Amino acid sequence: MAATEVLRKDFDDEFPAASKDLLRFITAGSVDDGKSTLIGRLLHDAKALMEDQIEALARASTRRGLEDLDLSYVTDGLQGEREQGITIDVAYRSFETARRRFIIADTPGHEQYTRNMVTGATNADVAVILVDACKYWLPQSRRHACVADTVGIRHLIVAVNKMDMIGYCQDAFGHIRDEFLDFAAHLHFERVEFIPISALKGDMVVERGDNLPWYGGPTLLAALEEARIPGAAYGSDDAPLRFPVQWVSRGGGPGRASRRGYMGRIVSGSVAAGDEVVVLPSGRVTHVEEIDTHDGVLARAYAPQSVTLHLEDDVDVARGDMIVAAAHRPALANVFEATLCWLGSEPMSLRRRRYYIKHGAKTVAAVLSRPSHRLDIVTLARDSREATLAMNDIGRVTVRVQEALPWDPYAVNRATGAFIVIDALTHDTVAAGMIEGPAPDSEALAS
Amino acid sequence: MNDNTARKTQGVTEAVAVCDISRRSQPAPGFRRKRLTAPDVFPWGTLEALESEAIHILREVAGEFQNPVLLFSGGKDSVVLTRLAEKAFRPGRFPFALLHIDTGHNFPEVIAFRDRFVGTLGERLVVRLVEDSIREGRVVPKSPTESRNAYQSVTLLDAISELGIDACIGGARRDEEKARAKERVFSFRDLFGEWDPRNQRPELWNLYNARVHDGQHMRVFPLSNWTELDVWRYIAREELAVPSLYFAHEREIVRRGTVLAPVSDLIRPAHGEASETLSVRFRTVGDMSCTCPVASRATTVGEIIAETAVARISERGATRLDDQASEASMELRKREGYF
Repeated sequence: MAATEVLRKDFDDEFPAASKDLLRFITAGSVDDGKSTLIGRLLHDAKALMEDQIEALARASTRRGLEDLDLSYVTDGLQGEREQGITIDVAYRSFETARRRFIIADTPGHEQYTRNMVTGATNADVAVILVDACKYWLPQSRRHACVADTVGIRHLIVAVNKMDMIGYCQDAFGHIRDEFLDFAAHLHFERVEFIPISALKGDMVVERGDNLPWYGGPTLLAALEEARIPGAAYGSDDAPLRFPVQWVSRGGGPGRASRRGYMGRIVSGSVAAGDEVVVLPSGRVTHVEEIDTHDGVLARAYAPQSVTLHLEDDVDVARGDMIVAAAHRPALANVFEATLCWLGSEPMSLRRRRYYIKHGAKTVAAVLSRPSHRLDIVTLARDSREATLAMNDIGRVTVRVQEALPWDPYAVNRATGAFIVIDALTHDTVAAGMIEGPAPDSEALAS
Repeated sequence: MNDNTARKTQGVTEAVAVCDISRRSQPAPGFRRKRLTAPDVFPWGTLEALESEAIHILREVAGEFQNPVLLFSGGKDSVVLTRLAEKAFRPGRFPFALLHIDTGHNFPEVIAFRDRFVGTLGERLVVRLVEDSIREGRVVPKSPTESRNAYQSVTLLDAISELGIDACIGGARRDEEKARAKERVFSFRDLFGEWDPRNQRPELWNLYNARVHDGQHMRVFPLSNWTELDVWRYIAREELAVPSLYFAHEREIVRRGTVLAPVSDLIRPAHGEASETLSVRFRTVGDMSCTCPVASRATTVGEIIAETAVARISERGATRLDDQASEASMELRKREGYF
């Protein structure tokens, strides 16, 4: 056993908690569904709130004349949020249980801030969508489910909140579940769980409580502890190597011959010394000579490790290039079809504005076509009459980029199928893009 | 306390550049380091995930910006950040200098640690002094012993425009404070250095939009998703040296409300206050006038981890006099250009 592994083993024995895996999840819901209260409850009951934070909550609650702790103050961290009693921006909170470490992205329900949900959802493994049991299934909740689906989340937990307000009624819960399952049948979730909860009273969040004897499934926390982490399977499945080059090192260190190292993060698959690889877009084929890290040389490295690759041949590689498995190459094209979530406050412009696309470690100029359709995310109907996409719209466009990009469809590979659209004038991030496949025909660009 | 080395900040604006010494001793030319075996199942835990994410962020900074700096205070977060930069860029040099905004009210142990640390690291440290901002009239303190924590923003923004910096890498974490929990990893600052929490750029996947116009800059936080516990576990795993203040030691303090204020030239027992000597350690190190220790007997990193895991008070809760002024103190400071 190599020395590093021995050290690693000692460390694990001494600090077993450090090897817990990490689940990232997003919480979304409509205004007043009690989402911040739910997170407050989760943190409070999982003993992740500190005494001084609870005291601060108590002071703030008293100041507002509330009798109970207002747990929503936990995530509403900005002055404007506390003044208006709404959540403005994504809040990230970490906590851990005996089994797992969690990062929550709490996203606001306000319609004008839906773009923040996309921000939280793109890095999430699981989506928890909150539904108010009193209000049933609102368009905004459908929007959240649809956004989670669009960005590729495959595990959805629907937490039916405020069960205390409807007398913990099993029929009402069943009604919401059936209605949502009808909607979800048109989406791509692999797993949808329904959990009746009361964030206010604490039922079925961390503790089961005594009020829901008819429900036999897991509590919300138990469901999160058992959720499969898709990221953990990055390296183990047969995903082909994808390695966007972030930085080129020239130094070999004092006393060593200078040689170029290609630094980056393996975004999918794995790589071993001796593997045949291709550098894209140049198409040069070579072999991996060595996989280096600050902690030593590796025989094999897996996604999502950050490493330095040395190649056998002295090929020209720059930041933004991608090193991929020679046997499983991505598409290399400068026109493709993509789904866009438009996030900018100004609608998509077809001619007046220039855009950049950042894909992997590369930024290129791009032209966007008129949308072939816009998705009505409440009815899931496709509307092909729209001339553009406005904020919060999801639609299909043809993207033409200045230089060919190596890509996989987003459904196959999140890392090489995703891109962001940057306004060349304002430098704002105006859209999230997911590559669907090759452009059907070049006429799409004519408009 | 064994390292009360004399401070050498007087008139020093830039520390010496030292020749490049990597942490590992370099093998002789042609020598191949021992090859590690490939495990069947890659041991992927939280620390590995956070480390790889942080390295990716640091390399994006290197690739996207012309003139970034790494904000280095000598505290535990900046020590971790520096190790991550070594992981990202060794055996090469860092593609950025270290920048310390020195309030002039730092604990002498921390400044001594900073200078020793940077000496071994072999990277360039630039120091800018709040004292200079006061001398130039850019900052007007109300009293000589007043906390200079908030004044760092002025000195920092002046340094950013003086040195033409377009990105500052900082060690701030989302778990530290409610306003920080809302901040992006790549956090945009306008011409006035202001953070506008209501108008942040969407941050999607790991595709960071690093574009800024002249005069604007970016703050980048590779430790965004780390917690205090993650930081200590990483310090243990990497066997990192941190200033002695973090470990339990005897110190003279006065009790003020819920905090233990450390007695120094800046904090004297007021009339009617009695000082006492306790075994304490610091959970954060900042300006001497506003950073307070907690009672502790933890003398090793392992004991600190055990203590942190069961702590019932947050890191800044009982330790910062400045955060407690109002519910929004941190947000207001950040809007003015604070770290």
